Amino acid sequence: MSQNTHPIQIHDMTIAYHKKPVLWDVDLDVPEGQLVGIIGPNGAGKSTMIKAIMDLVPKASGWVKIYGKDYGEMRKIIGYVPQRESVDWDFPISALDVVLMGRYGHIGWMRRPGKEDRCIARESLDKVGMGDFAERQISQLSGGQQQRVFLARALAQDARIYMMDEPFAGVDAATERAIIDILVTLREQGKTILVVHHDLQTVTEYFNWVIMLNMRVVASGLTREVFTDENLQKTYGGRLTVLSQAAQAMAEQRRGDR
Amino acid sequence: MLENALRFMTLADANVRFVLLGSLLIGATGGLLGSFAVLRRRSLVGDALAHAALPGVALAYLWTGSKALPVLLAGATVSGVLGVLLMQFIINFTRIKADAAIGIVLSVFFGIGIVLLTHIQRTGSGNQSGLDKFLFGQAASLVEDDLKVMSVLAGLIILVLVLFFKEFKALIFDPSFLQSLGYSTRWIDVLLMGLIALTVMVGLQAVGVVLIAAMLITPAVAARFWTEQLNKMVLLAAAFGGASGIVGTFISSLAPRIPTGPVMVLVATFFFVVSALLAPKRGVLARGLRRQHNARREAQQHFLRACIELQEKLAQQRAWAIEELAIEMGHSPDKVKRIGRQLEKAGLVLRQDGRFSLTEAGLEEGLFVVKSHRLWEHYLYYRTILDADHVDRPADEVEHLLTPEIIVRLEEILARERGIDTEQIINLHGTGSQYRRGGRE
Repeated sequence: MSQNTHPIQIHDMTIAYHKKPVLWDVDLDVPEGQLVGIIGPNGAGKSTMIKAIMDLVPKASGWVKIYGKDYGEMRKIIGYVPQRESVDWDFPISALDVVLMGRYGHIGWMRRPGKEDRCIARESLDKVGMGDFAERQISQLSGGQQQRVFLARALAQDARIYMMDEPFAGVDAATERAIIDILVTLREQGKTILVVHHDLQTVTEYFNWVIMLNMRVVASGLTREVFTDENLQKTYGGRLTVLSQAAQAMAEQRRGDR
Repeated sequence: MLENALRFMTLADANVRFVLLGSLLIGATGGLLGSFAVLRRRSLVGDALAHAALPGVALAYLWTGSKALPVLLAGATVSGVLGVLLMQFIINFTRIKADAAIGIVLSVFFGIGIVLLTHIQRTGSGNQSGLDKFLFGQAASLVEDDLKVMSVLAGLIILVLVLFFKEFKALIFDPSFLQSLGYSTRWIDVLLMGLIALTVMVGLQAVGVVLIAAMLITPAVAARFWTEQLNKMVLLAAAFGGASGIVGTFISSLAPRIPTGPVMVLVATFFFVVSALLAPKRGVLARGLRRQHNARREAQQHFLRACIELQEKLAQQRAWAIEELAIEMGHSPDKVKRIGRQLEKAGLVLRQDGRFSLTEAGLEEGLFVVKSHRLWEHYLYYRTILDADHVDRPADEVEHLLTPEIIVRLEEILARERGIDTEQIINLHGTGSQYRRGGRE
């Protein structure tokens, strides 16, 4: 596989907020068709990394290529699920309207969503099991339902690469299951999905590729190869509670391997 | 006064028509843009902008000697935008936070404006007197030329709003998502701020710098009470604003020297108060009624539970005296009597000789309530760190909310994890339940 066919290539990227670097010298290649978990402690720069890929935060240095091209040329093939807490859920808007925003990239300036866009938006809602809630005002949805609406919006983008910022945060078990099923389906369609993730217990179960971050890339590769004790130690440092969690996850992984 | 009203109502006077149309335009554009300003949390920026416009009005007059509206508004726009930029500069380059920055810009610019106005009044000829209407507004001073300017501005505002409705909506709801799609959020934000500035300018002469922000905020906030859809909210806010404009202008025309701005704002405030009180769902009254309804339902369920628990305790079914129920429920006899009467009307209890007994339907509902309560107590007890004597109160609150589906799940969990036979959780015929209640005994 030649280098520029990789969906995401990051070279020597450094990101700084108010001149204080939060991500150092990131070099990454993510191959196509992977379900990628991005893990690391709070403040490790996980969200910042996916925002930097999408040009939402300025880079102090380095570059990102999407299938060998600049983000600006490729943004129509990228779908985005921001953190659920990043928006005001009391905004006067229905679930369907939120999902329709996923079509804005295709619609363009000053034009209105057409019949086809509405159709796609409804299908997307159906895919996440929210078809019956299309007209519901978003504040009347539960946290899990809101997260599904966000996912449906990304599906409506009809992308090849998906960036998801903590889609499993604060959702119920049923929603978590529904989301992971959709992620697996997307991967089977050959799409590449990057997921910022917090729960170390499920890393081996959910993701076949993992990026371990702590202000720099500690490790990136196939989960079964890089999700090791040693790398977890490097990523999370001396945080005992997390380490014990990790140890448990490791133990479970070992058991699964036999 | 009557003569004034008549002159107003018949629209015979062309001047009256200008004034009415003007105040309608101001109110409607205020409501339209106000919806976006309020949702974007920029309403106070609108206020700062309006106050900062005052020195511009005065300076434009001092430099040109003209009182033509376009000249004055141009001055107002320049100094208003300058004020907002200064505010942004303060926020970006000092440790001063947004609210303080707004306060600083607003008061400093307004102060300068007042000084300049006073200076003009002291030195000028009879020509000067018109400028102070920019303080509190005087709709009656609108003439045909003013109205032309305002109509063009209002038309422009509405056109841009319609064209960029989708972009504004997404900007306010989820800017980073919009940006990820390749839209320039900075540009859309500047456009929205520009429209807010234009809206302020449209209303400056008739409402005045002091109160124009209220015409942005109040109709929008009132409209929010009635709808959960942005397009409806925007239209409703425009309607509230337009109505405030017309009614306000009418009232202020009844007597000489009543400034229009304050009256318009008072009318808008009236719409707001009515909305806040009466709106279905979001209104204070509707929420109060819902609360009361829930409280009543809770009390009724406690009553039913008390009947069943008495029956368990004494292992007999009979009619219960009010005093017995009062002790069991921990309420006053009067309250018990009142709840009992409500239940009697609902067909859930029978009353005979001042004693209450459950009907068939009452028994069924009561058993459901008791079961919910106990399942939840069990669940809290086993799944959380609550001690046995702490679980009763949370269960009291939750039992009213449990749906049959949740009950089934609770039963499954308790049966699986604890081997609790939930059929045995209520025992009406033996010597009390196998289940020990925490706390009350």
